[in-house]
Amino acid sequence: MATKIVMEALSPTMEEGRLVEWKKQEGDAVAAGDVIAEVETDKAVMELVARAGGILLKQLVPAGTTVPVSSPVGWIGAAGESVDGGGSAASSATARKAAVATGPEASSAASVPVAAIQSREPEGRIKASPLARRIAADKGVDLGAVSGSGPEGRIIKRDLEGVSVQPRLAAGGRPTTGRAGGEPAFSDVPLTQIRKSIAKRLVQSIGPVPTFYLTSEVDMERVAEAREALNAAAADQGKISFNDIVLKSVATALIQHPACNAWWQDDHIRYWSEVHIGMAVAVNDGLITPVIRNAETKSLRDISAETRDLAKRARERKLRPEEYTGSTFSVSNLGMFDIEHFTAIINPPEAGILAVGSIAKVPAVVNDALGIRRRMRLTMSCDHRVIDGATGAQFLKTLKLLLENPLALVW
Amino acid sequence: MATFDVIVIGGGPAGYVCAIRASQLGLATAVVEKEKLGGVCVNIGCIPTKALLHSAYAVNLINHEAKALGIEVSGVKADYGVAMKRSRQVSEQNAKGVEFLMKKHKITVLKGAGVLQAGKRVKVGGDVHDARKAVVIATGSRVKGIPQIGLGINKSTVISSDEALFLEKAPGSIAIVGAGAVGSEFADIFNAFGSKVTLIEALPRILPIEDAEASDVMAKSFRKRGIVVMAGAKVQKATVGATAVTLDLEVAGKPEQVIADMVLMAAGRAVNTEEMGFKEAGVQLTDRGFVKVNLATMETTAPGIFCIGDVAGPPMLAHKGQREGVFVAEVIAGHKPRAIKYDNVPSVTYCHPEVASIGLTEEQCKEKKFDYQIGKFPFSANGRARASSETEGFVKIIRDKKYGEILGAHIVASHASEIIHELVVARENEYTVEEVDLAIHAHPTLSEAVAEACLDSMGRVMHL
Repeated sequence: MATKIVMEALSPTMEEGRLVEWKKQEGDAVAAGDVIAEVETDKAVMELVARAGGILLKQLVPAGTTVPVSSPVGWIGAAGESVDGGGSAASSATARKAAVATGPEASSAASVPVAAIQSREPEGRIKASPLARRIAADKGVDLGAVSGSGPEGRIIKRDLEGVSVQPRLAAGGRPTTGRAGGEPAFSDVPLTQIRKSIAKRLVQSIGPVPTFYLTSEVDMERVAEAREALNAAAADQGKISFNDIVLKSVATALIQHPACNAWWQDDHIRYWSEVHIGMAVAVNDGLITPVIRNAETKSLRDISAETRDLAKRARERKLRPEEYTGSTFSVSNLGMFDIEHFTAIINPPEAGILAVGSIAKVPAVVNDALGIRRRMRLTMSCDHRVIDGATGAQFLKTLKLLLENPLALVW
Repeated sequence: MATFDVIVIGGGPAGYVCAIRASQLGLATAVVEKEKLGGVCVNIGCIPTKALLHSAYAVNLINHEAKALGIEVSGVKADYGVAMKRSRQVSEQNAKGVEFLMKKHKITVLKGAGVLQAGKRVKVGGDVHDARKAVVIATGSRVKGIPQIGLGINKSTVISSDEALFLEKAPGSIAIVGAGAVGSEFADIFNAFGSKVTLIEALPRILPIEDAEASDVMAKSFRKRGIVVMAGAKVQKATVGATAVTLDLEVAGKPEQVIADMVLMAAGRAVNTEEMGFKEAGVQLTDRGFVKVNLATMETTAPGIFCIGDVAGPPMLAHKGQREGVFVAEVIAGHKPRAIKYDNVPSVTYCHPEVASIGLTEEQCKEKKFDYQIGKFPFSANGRARASSETEGFVKIIRDKKYGEILGAHIVASHASEIIHELVVARENEYTVEEVDLAIHAHPTLSEAVAEACLDSMGRVMHL
């Protein structure tokens, strides 16, 4: 009688596995213990071994398919033996349900091989060559964020070549203005298993966009002074608002922290090298977010003029669709309503939005003396699937630094 | 007339290995071979020369070492003819071994010359065979003389390795043109069997593709044994007589003359691309005469026709061809094999001591302006080498300063061909010098010198 090959739970947290490659083809002789396929789990690429000997009669799923644990992927039996070839969605769904229903049994059945495999591949270990580990350590690259192209997904030197220019890892670099012609405006980075695992768990916990919030209070004295000076110098050109300066600062900070200027795309993350800021504008019966395109390349004066124009036309309902879509990050400002602090809701697929509170005179300690300072609270909502706590905090720190030293904006 | 999934033309190391892998993957496979299975390697290349080198080693051991080892020997007679016959037996055994492997893997051997026909078809003799999936060209290469300077091979006074391997006795004197692996190995062999050997290399040093330090050690070792080594020597004119050849050379701008009973041409090989029906089948060649292949799949310009081994391009090494054979069989079977790392193909010369290397030479690292550190350990400081009276040579490691990557490794040692693989594995898996050192090396072994050279590259050599 033929034996069914099922997707085994190769790690304790594994719920599904991607069958990366069939190691045996239909018709191949298979001995018990032979590796029949490679499976990528949430942690690593592992081997699926045959539990019975015979002929691999049928591959039920093609390589590259993601299959729930306990679902059938193939049949082993005697040559010429006929088997159920329909590894259809329905039957795998049934199998999955069955596995859930008989949870403990199913896991105990799989526990023997699991233990054997895991001893070779301890929990959480990232497969990387010693040379790759050294290069990563030197460049400060998190190997968990790198996809390996070596044997069994092992990270090798090649995978780290040019990785320092990868947006996720470029945080903290010098701000750049604009891009050389021909370079794409973004780079798509496939999700690593750790990223996938984080995303899945967060969504289960908190909803489709797992959000967390970071708040920072910014001293606005210098911005206020700069604004007054600028407006006095060019009174005829329309006044620059605090919000314009916030937008300009956000654009500059995002270029330094591209990890926050990104879209969640389900199976990959799109890191943008251009900054398109969505600016929440209240309209009669709701809200619209016109987009300041390539804000990173624009002067404060241009941003100011454009903001004014976009806001005006937004209220008049005269925006063209391309003027309120395609933003890479958003800013919502309720300061004019004297809201000190609030949290804004992320506009998917963007990974972050900044909520800007009012500028209020508050008692503050400056140079060890109590004084009256104009302060503003910024709260950033972060999609945790894309932005981790430290990543968002670093961005916010840069933003605070820019606003407290606005001259840095002209670097 | 028969139909197969795959037809491999050429039963040398690339072809027969390709056939075995194809058969393992369930493909009905045939190999076309016009001479003997195993190709040049088994019959008139790698294998018989290694047999002769072993005889040469024994001759040198008895003549030069025996007394010190406590063995009194007299009346020693080194007979090349006998050594040759033994080498033929070794070749025969290996060729039979390949025949057995073909049977074991149910591979059909078609005797004759394969000629491509339109579509995936191959004509062998009067029969035309069909390949359902692919035809693989693995026709190899052969020695070529240099007729332009009067050194076309006449098989009596101007010979190639093909003839040298069948000589009944060693010549009184022999000039070897070309001091790569083949030339250096024959210099070693004929010197041991009493020939007066002159080794002539046009490039500035012998073993020109190896690291300069390896070349120097070998030149010194050869000279010590009485081999005349002439590097940077260009043959201007050859006067070929019935019993002797006169070579007029230019060495460092000065004229020199060498007169020898025989000239062995060990320079250059030609690939076997003639009368194969390439034109009709749409198989194109590169301007250097190799078959043009897409390295991602080893497919030629004709769809469904693949090419591997010497005829697909350098390096012309059996082990490179074997790897391509496995690779192409997996491609044909629909797998996605990992790309071949052509920068990690070991190079070995089996003279005494042996020379083996992997990766870049120091000169190449200099050219590429790499920031490197050399680690070196001489076998004169290695206990095992001393015990065996085989202290010639060294291990040289070229380490990338920043990350410790092994950029290149060069070994001159009595068993360099065996020792090198530790470093091949290291490079294949991106181990750095530290991992090589961390692996415990048995004592006493020649391999300890590898670990010591790694340590030396980090400034931590122990036994020096």
